[in-house]
Amino acid sequence: MTGDIYRRPSDDVHPPRDFPGYRGTALRHPKEPLVLIPQTLSEITGPVYGHRSVTEADRDLTNRGSGEPIGERIIVEGRVLDEDGRPVRDSLVELWQANAAGRYAHRVDQHAAPLDPNFTGAGRAITDAEGRYRFLTIKPGAYPWLNHANAWRPAHIHFSLWGPSFLTRLVTQMYFPGDPLLALDPIYNSVPDPRGRERLISRFDLSLTQPEYALGYRFDIIVRGRHATPMEAQHG
Amino acid sequence: MAELTPFQTVGPFFAICLSQPGCARIATEKAAGRHITIEGTVRDGTGAVVPDSLVEIWQANAAGRYAHPDDHQPKPLDPDFTGYGRAPTDDDGRFVIETVMPGRVPGPGETLQAPHLLLGILARGILTRLVTRVYFEDEPSTHDDPILSLVPAERRATLVAKPIGDDRYRFDLKLQGEGETVFFDV
Ligand SMILES: [Fe+3]
Repeated sequence: MTGDIYRRPSDDVHPPRDFPGYRGTALRHPKEPLVLIPQTLSEITGPVYGHRSVTEADRDLTNRGSGEPIGERIIVEGRVLDEDGRPVRDSLVELWQANAAGRYAHRVDQHAAPLDPNFTGAGRAITDAEGRYRFLTIKPGAYPWLNHANAWRPAHIHFSLWGPSFLTRLVTQMYFPGDPLLALDPIYNSVPDPRGRERLISRFDLSLTQPEYALGYRFDIIVRGRHATPMEAQHG
Repeated sequence: MAELTPFQTVGPFFAICLSQPGCARIATEKAAGRHITIEGTVRDGTGAVVPDSLVEIWQANAAGRYAHPDDHQPKPLDPDFTGYGRAPTDDDGRFVIETVMPGRVPGPGETLQAPHLLLGILARGILTRLVTRVYFEDEPSTHDDPILSLVPAERRATLVAKPIGDDRYRFDLKLQGEGETVFFDV
């Protein structure tokens, strides 16, 4: 739409609202078409809050109990960038995940796997000047769900971030390379473009590992970018 | 150009991270303006309540200014008001938001928008966030708002919160079917 500040994603980037393979969408998707509206000051602004309360300790998910959580320690690092490769600085990144046995510390999770008293599974970090974030956690386990017979979610970490505006809000999931459950997972496969699905898979990165301590995975996150202003266009 | 990271559902367990106590309280007593409470119920296509959704709000302060670097209007910021809150629905599909009535902000061209909140909704079964707006029935400007007027007339009521007394408003969300809430492509 003319006058847009932020680019609109093409149709094959995000999952459709109705995806029959994921049963939960059946009764929770609008049937009427979305109403196209211009981006006003309301949409191009957004929450830039929450920084003061986030501490260094919040990005270490292994420090929440009296002892170490069970599981394989991992470092998850990446950059939050916009579509033009510009770093998204000073932005809150929140993540949550199941423990190594595939169980969430949530009252609704009834999976018959043990809870870990030393693992709550939630962390927060603020991106630095290069848009970089880094977490220390443990590798989550796969877990069963009731979507279809013998359904298992591939190991994943949930991510939530706002970026610079209401329009850059992103909630997504990070997966692990080589997971045989990915091909079977309707949530992962709800992303129409196969290259889009690949962008949800973290990369094993030997340079990120901490010898004799933790393996490293890299996961970059790309949020909506802005159209070039006439001034920026002039200067290339 | 780098390519966008796709959305994925927030799933049923976001509360371990995304809903801290008090997060639905956008305005504390100190915030300027008329303090209001907005309550509502989220329902699915069968009318069943949705007990595992997260409602997120973004709004201007009472003076009509956003606490954001891209809002350059010569209006006061309120140090006691960020304009952001999130409310998980409870077992009855209900959410409650405590805030202040936002002021008017500019719309497209020379227009002025009626007081409104942006509302995003995330849930298990919602793969990509849904976005809507909350207007107020007893605000006269609601009825000629430049954005609301883009919505087919017979569906506008789904975006208008009804006063239910004592600075309280009711705003229900219907994700599908009869009385389906209008969601926006932004
Ligand atoms: Fe999950």
